[in-house]
This record gives sequence, C-alpha cells and structure tokens, in this order.
Amino acid sequence: MERSDRTKRSRWREFPLALLMLAPSAVILVVFVLYPLGRAVWLGQQRCDNFGGNCKSQGFGQYVDIFRSTEFQNALVVTVKFALITVPLGLILGVGLAVLADKYLRGIGVFRAVFSSTVATSVAVASLMWLFLLQPSVGALANVSWFNSMFPSVKDPGWLQDPGTALTAVALSSVWAGLGFTFILVTAGLQGIPRDFYEAAAVDGAGGIRRFWSITVPMLGPTLLFVLIVLTTRAFQTYGEVDLLTDGGPQPQDSTTTITYFVYGQNSPIRNDAGLQAGAAVLLFLVLLVLSAIQLRGIGRRVHYGD
Amino acid sequence: MATELPAGVQGAVDTALASLDELPESTDRGRGRGRDFDAPAGWRRVGRYLLLALVSFVVLFPIYTTVIAAFKPSDAFFDHPLLPGPFTFDVIVDAWTAGNLGRYLFNSLVVATIVTVFQVVSAVLAAYAFAFLRFPGRNVFFVVFIATLLVPLEATLVVNFDTVDGLGWSNSYIGLAVPFLATAFGVFLMRQVFLTLPLDLRDAAAIDGVGHFGFLWYVAVPLVRPTLGALALFGFLGAWNQYLWPNLIINETEMNTVQSGLRVLSKSNLDQPNLVMAGTLVAAIPVVIVLLVFQRQLVRGLTAGAVKG
Repeated sequence: MERSDRTKRSRWREFPLALLMLAPSAVILVVFVLYPLGRAVWLGQQRCDNFGGNCKSQGFGQYVDIFRSTEFQNALVVTVKFALITVPLGLILGVGLAVLADKYLRGIGVFRAVFSSTVATSVAVASLMWLFLLQPSVGALANVSWFNSMFPSVKDPGWLQDPGTALTAVALSSVWAGLGFTFILVTAGLQGIPRDFYEAAAVDGAGGIRRFWSITVPMLGPTLLFVLIVLTTRAFQTYGEVDLLTDGGPQPQDSTTTITYFVYGQNSPIRNDAGLQAGAAVLLFLVLLVLSAIQLRGIGRRVHYGD
Repeated sequence: MATELPAGVQGAVDTALASLDELPESTDRGRGRGRDFDAPAGWRRVGRYLLLALVSFVVLFPIYTTVIAAFKPSDAFFDHPLLPGPFTFDVIVDAWTAGNLGRYLFNSLVVATIVTVFQVVSAVLAAYAFAFLRFPGRNVFFVVFIATLLVPLEATLVVNFDTVDGLGWSNSYIGLAVPFLATAFGVFLMRQVFLTLPLDLRDAAAIDGVGHFGFLWYVAVPLVRPTLGALALFGFLGAWNQYLWPNLIINETEMNTVQSGLRVLSKSNLDQPNLVMAGTLVAAIPVVIVLLVFQRQLVRGLTAGAVKG
C-alpha cells in the first residue's frame, strides 16, 4: 500500500510522532514480555540456594538437565495427556453443540444461550463448581445414594483423589469451561457458510452426514484451526484447575502436575528455586512455539480460506 | 484537538459509519426470516427438541448444583444434594461476609477498569502509527510487536514477579494491572481494522487542516467503535478472570481479586460446600451481567481472531 510519493527528507517527518504513539505499548511489551523472556533464559541456566540467593551460572546445559529430569518429564507427559483429552473432546463437543443448535427452530436462541453459558465462568468459578460436584466427602455426587452405589469410586477414593482418574476429572472440568468459547466460534463460522451450498447438495441427493463432511467441515477450516490452536495452547497453560482441584496430586505420582503447575504450583518441587522455575518456564515457551509451528504448517497448509 | 470537524469530513464519516452499521447483519445469511429448507418437521422436530433439552441439562448441571446449594440452609445440603431444599438467602450473606467478597469484587473492578482503559488507549495509538504513519523501521517494529504474541504469559511471570516486587508494587492495584496494560493482540486487531478505512478519508482531513490526533479522535475512532468495544470487553474479561498473577503478587488478603479471593474462600472452607458454592455464584454474576449486555462485542471479538485469512 503506497501512500502518496514523498521526498527522502520527509521520510523522517512522522518518525517522532510515530515513536510517541508506539511508546505506551512498546514500554509495556518490552518491560513485561521481552525483558522477562530474555531474563528467564539467563536465569534458567543458574542454580540458587534454598533461599533463592547465591545464584551461580551452570551453563546452558542446565536446560538439558531440566528437560531430562524425572519431574519435568512427568509434567510434560501429564500435560500432553491432558491436551490429548481436552483438545479433541472440546473440539468435537463444541462442533456437535453448534451443529445441533444450527437449525431454525422456535426458541433456538434459548438453547444457544445455554450452550454459550460456560464462557461466563472464570477458571476459578468453573473449577470450584466441579470441585464441589466431585469432592469425595462433601461433594454433591458423593452424597447422592443412587449415584454412589452406581459409582462407588466417587466416594472412595474420589475421582480427583484416584491417580487413575484425577487427570481425566480435571480435564472434564476444563472441557466444560471451554465449551461456550468453542460453541460461539463454531456457530459464527457456521453462519458464514452460504445457505445455497446446502440446498444445492440436498437437491443433488446428499444426506445430512454427507453435507456435514463435504460442506460444513471444509468451510469451517479456518475456524477449526483457530480453535485447535487456542485449545492446545490453553491445555499447555493449565494452572488454575490443577491448583484448585488437586494441588498437582494425587501424590506421590504428581498425576496432575502440568508444566505450568510445575513452574508456579505451591506443591511443586522447584517452588523456591528461581533458576529452575525460569528454566522450566522457558522450556514451556519452546514447547508451545514448536506446537504452534507444527499446527500452522502441518494443518494450516491444508485449510481452505476461501477467496 | 478540540476543534469541530470540517463539514466535508463529517459527511464522509457519516456515510462510512452508516455502511459499517450494516456489516454485522449482512454476514448472517438471512436466518430467522423464513424456515430452513431442512428444518426438522413432525416427529423429527420433537426429537430435536428432546435432544437439545437433554444436552442443555448436561451443560447446565454444574451450574444447577451450584445454584441450589447456594440457596439451601447448611444443614439441609447433605440430604439431597441434587434437589432444591428450603429456600434461604443466609448462605449468600454468610459467603459475602466470610469471603470478604465485596472488597474483592471492588478490587477486581478497579484493576479490570485500569487494564481496559490502558489497553484500549495504547492499542489505538500504536495501531494508528502502524496504519497511518510512514516512518523508517515501521515493519521491523511491527514484527517485534507481533512476535510478543508468541510468548505465553506463563513464561514471563517468574521474572515479572521480581520486577513488580522490586518496584514495591506487590499488593497494590498498579502491581495487579501493570503487566497487562498493553497487548500485541490489541495493536494487531486495531491495525487490521484501521487498514480497512479508506485512505481518502485521511487525505481529505489533511487537506482540511485536521492533524493526526484530530483525525484519530474525530474520524478513525468513531469508525472503528464496534471493534473497540470488542477489544475493551476482552481486556476487561481477561483482567477480571486472571488467576495466576494475583496469586503470585498478592499476599495481603485485603488486596485479593475476586479470583484469588475465591481460592482463599475454598481452601479455608473445604468442609462447607454450600458456603463456597454461594461465594462462587456471587463471583460469577458480574461477568454474566457484563456478557448479557455486551453479547455482540463478545462474538465480534472472538471471531476477530478466527476469520482473518
């Protein structure tokens, strides 16, 4: 976009004004995003004593050590498992709800409002709702006798307390909290698909399922890619659900210690070591960078953006 | 800056505003004006309603159990946790007092308001520079801005804690707000929408002697008001819902936001489910109200990230 010809001298004419306008954003982004990232990369190769002082450089090999440590590997596996539950389930349920509500029916607005409703819950609100649904002694489900006899494990040991089910239970709460977001996005995407496509396909004898796979899914491509990336990123940043529902436990396996909880959590083994915390945080950044690159290049290439 | 717009510019603005107002509707394909060709009829229609009702029940279930627990006396909670009991408002009042919720809601409101105002102002200014000014290094600056989008919050808070604590801003509103006062997302969003404005508009204004700030305030900002609304809503919700940062930077209970306050309430009252449920409900209501009022901005903001090809 060329904006009228200017002489060389005037190239700098608007420079001071531009700097002035960029300054507020630039200051915040430099001080609270770029600087801390650089500083974290530096801190990540340091080792401090138990009080967080006396930090000494260990060389950048410490990143390899952190990555290969049992604790980080556990957090990585937990996070990947968590993503493998929440991302596909969130995507399928979100699309399912949106398609279900994408019909002209009297009162459909009410159902759309219901399906969007979880967008209003913060991570703390959603997690506490699920905590008191699933808590084994005072939780709602554990105190319903018929449910209890059907699923004894809800009371003993409790789904959040059993290492076999804890991560799935946390994931369910997270999927529920994210449903509204996916539903709204996919619904907006569906409304962008021209009606004629469906009518033409129907005239040609394509049934509902065929129309879904041949029209809806390809036309939703960009929306689905966006949702996929957001859900994956969120899964790798999961902190609040773990903090409120399980505190990273059940111990001693740390069955729900995600990478973010590993960095910041109260029960994390590296809680008081700024160097290791920074190192793990940088590794989280790198993992997310690689994931986004894979998703954009691998899948993005096949997504149809229309004209 | 506080000058009236020349009549010619004002006319152009009005025309452009009118055409923008038609945009949101034209993306919908005439829903609601008539029945879909494949709208379910007869028994299939009944089946569809049943399915919708069943799914609604499942989606609303955690909210339902929260609401009935919040309005039930403490001693009645364990009898039938899934059924409404005798109605009482006492638990809500108890939660309000025990959880210090009035103070926490106020803190959240202050912080979210500060963040919203600064995010909108900083984004509009930077976006204007990127969209309407020509200066050396513009593209380099823009790439650096956008690159910050790749850095997750979780990777920076370790150091941000030291920075904010070092400035003496722990346990303060400014400390809670400062890392979020500007976002690259906001700059990117506003730049995209500024680029859709016709350049003739700026040229016409320049000819009429309107400077950059006058043009920004009287022409550009009114034209992009819908996107601005979406950005403001997102800034507000993002700050309001922030969980990790307040937990790191706040250790005086009085300064908790409603999110970190809920954590305190739940960790110290694990044996009183309906008290915590009542607190959760109270904490959720402001966002529900905000979203009901600003539904359109929500959808616009959410889709802004997705539809960009």
